[in-house]
Amino acid sequence: MKRHQDSPADRLARGLGRIGLAPGRARLAAPGAARRTRASVTVNRPRDAVYAYWRDFTRLPLFMDHLESVETLDGARTHWTARAPGKGTVEWDAELVRDDENALIAWRSTGEPAVGNTGTVRFTDAPAGRGTEVRVDLAHDPPGGRAGVALARLLGEHPTQQVRDDLRRFKQILETGEVVRSDGSPEGVRATRQARQRPGRPLPGRPLPAAGAAGAAGAAGVAGAAGEGATA
Amino acid sequence: MKAICWAGRNAVEVADVPDPAILTARDAIVRVTATSICGSDLHLYDGYIPTVRKGDVLGHEFMGEVVDVGAQVRDLRVGDRVVVPFPIACGHCWACEHDLYSVCENSNPNAALAETFMGHGLAGIFGYSHMLGGYAGGQAEYVRVPFADVGPIRVEDDLADEQVLFLSDVLPTGWMAAENCDIRPGDTIAVWGAGPVGQFAAASAFIQGAERVIVIDRVPARLDRTRAYTGAETLDHEDVDVLDALRDMTAGRGPDACVDAVGMEAHHPTGPIHAFDRAKQALRRATERPHALREAIMACRGGGTVSVVGVYGGAIDTFPMGPLMNRSLTLRAGQCHVQRYLAPLLDRIRDGEIDPSFVVSHRMSLDEAPRGYELLKHERDKCNKIILRP
Ligand SMILES: NC(=O)c1ccc[n+]([C@@H]2O[C@H](COP(=O)([O-])OP(=O)(O)OC[C@H]3O[C@@H](n4cnc5c(N)ncnc54)[C@H](O)[C@@H]3O)[C@@H](O)[C@H]2O)c1
Ligand SMILES: [Zn+2]
Ligand SMILES: [Zn+2]
Repeated sequence: MKRHQDSPADRLARGLGRIGLAPGRARLAAPGAARRTRASVTVNRPRDAVYAYWRDFTRLPLFMDHLESVETLDGARTHWTARAPGKGTVEWDAELVRDDENALIAWRSTGEPAVGNTGTVRFTDAPAGRGTEVRVDLAHDPPGGRAGVALARLLGEHPTQQVRDDLRRFKQILETGEVVRSDGSPEGVRATRQARQRPGRPLPGRPLPAAGAAGAAGAAGVAGAAGEGATA
Repeated sequence: MKAICWAGRNAVEVADVPDPAILTARDAIVRVTATSICGSDLHLYDGYIPTVRKGDVLGHEFMGEVVDVGAQVRDLRVGDRVVVPFPIACGHCWACEHDLYSVCENSNPNAALAETFMGHGLAGIFGYSHMLGGYAGGQAEYVRVPFADVGPIRVEDDLADEQVLFLSDVLPTGWMAAENCDIRPGDTIAVWGAGPVGQFAAASAFIQGAERVIVIDRVPARLDRTRAYTGAETLDHEDVDVLDALRDMTAGRGPDACVDAVGMEAHHPTGPIHAFDRAKQALRRATERPHALREAIMACRGGGTVSVVGVYGGAIDTFPMGPLMNRSLTLRAGQCHVQRYLAPLLDRIRDGEIDPSFVVSHRMSLDEAPRGYELLKHERDKCNKIILRP
């Protein structure tokens, strides 16, 4: 009986899953191995512009959903604050370990953070003037203990999906000047929320929450990015 | 404001919902003066489109007056009269730059959901499910129009709403259906479905140089309207065997191109196969009843083109891949890239080459929309296209 109440959509998704065509879930990392998350996107903008936007780490929270802020401490060092669902924030310092102009940016956490992590983003030309290929590779300390709990909180159940969402917002900002929002998804791209959308009708007359990351930063980012992001 | 909301399968309701507001610098708010119900809305009404939710404002064919614009919308002013294309498109991604607006890479905040069902993302569409963005639709008094600097086209006052409203969807969709046939002199084009989309496909095929157009349906009033206004010949699939008739009319060659303007809820003239497809669809075991598409493939001459604008939502059974492959057919399809056709089609309307208002059969107020949906679904003889005025 229950089965027949499924929507055709549910059935289709299950069907695709069965024949191996549905997007996969994140694979579990081997015990003791750093957990790696990789995702990529093509941005229809020149490589220098795409690189420059990412290189200013203070802008990462505009498209990285779980980040609240990134502050610059000195040239190569930054202080990161991430939102941990339900439980306040997680903070750490990071340093720039490599910066090849228009090609590669790498960073890693320093000190003894709750979640040790490293990140690399590579920028290459897409073929025939199709913009810039952006490839992100993140590694987080092996799960277990305190770090494991914090990591699970930070990355959620679908880390790859989260990074893909981040990159989608990054692309939106660079190509259109803003994070795209609808009545059903007023805060913009967030795959984890898509199972429980609000109806596609206008919200009661109050300003909508800012898109992407944290409140004020997000709002400023959308307005600011409209000016600098896209001029096609 | 007043809006038409999805209320479950076979139910829409007139609801009081909040007024929309500008959310981003590229938005505009449009006060709707005319909107219409589309065959695509029937797929929602009948419950075959995944991820529609109760309370979603429906409607993707609408026009009206600009009442508010965001700071970045430079070429629209308050007071402008505009028609709004149904796909929401950013104008700056690779797809938009290549005139592929309905697969815009940025306009759908729920692109990840679309990826699950469709392999890759799709553009957002007004009032057409959460997989397609979760945008409130145009069967309402007001609509927020995202990327208003890309989509809407300004229209002068001397043309009536009924002449320009269908630029939002069904006219360009019919035009694109014909364009995808790559019509050459002497070509015969067969069109399945004598709804507004099929009617515009037929009219467009003639403008694009077809020698003959044959439209197939089973609703006499629609076939009459099609003959009267497009000059096409028609076949009633309840009276004739369509494949035999087409073979005969083309002296064995088959139509050079075939248009599917029916989509996922096709009727089948012979009981058992239709019953089989229907039963599966009713049990939610298959999402489509692809009879028109199967027939279009079987009918098309070797090396010809099958152009699909009828909407499908998922996977289909018993797809005639063998005939398609072995006879070198080309399959072309798509949600219409409406933005591509707005200006040229508006010119043709202004020049009097085509007057799209011939499809209109009913005019109602927005409050009457629930009756309108029922009419369009069940009383096809009397109903061809409904315009709603808020
Ligand atoms: N691709 C796009 O961008 C786009 C845009 C608008 C509409 N559409 C789709 O185009 C299709 C037609 O739209 P419409 O507004 O004209 O719809 P409609 O419901 O008014 O017309 C469909 C017609 O198809 C006929 N039909 C059903 N089974 C048939 C069969 N086996 N053979 C021949 N005719 C058959 C019906 O009797 C009806 O007259 C729908 O699927 C709609 O969703 C697509
Ligand atoms: Zn439509
Ligand atoms: Zn786009």
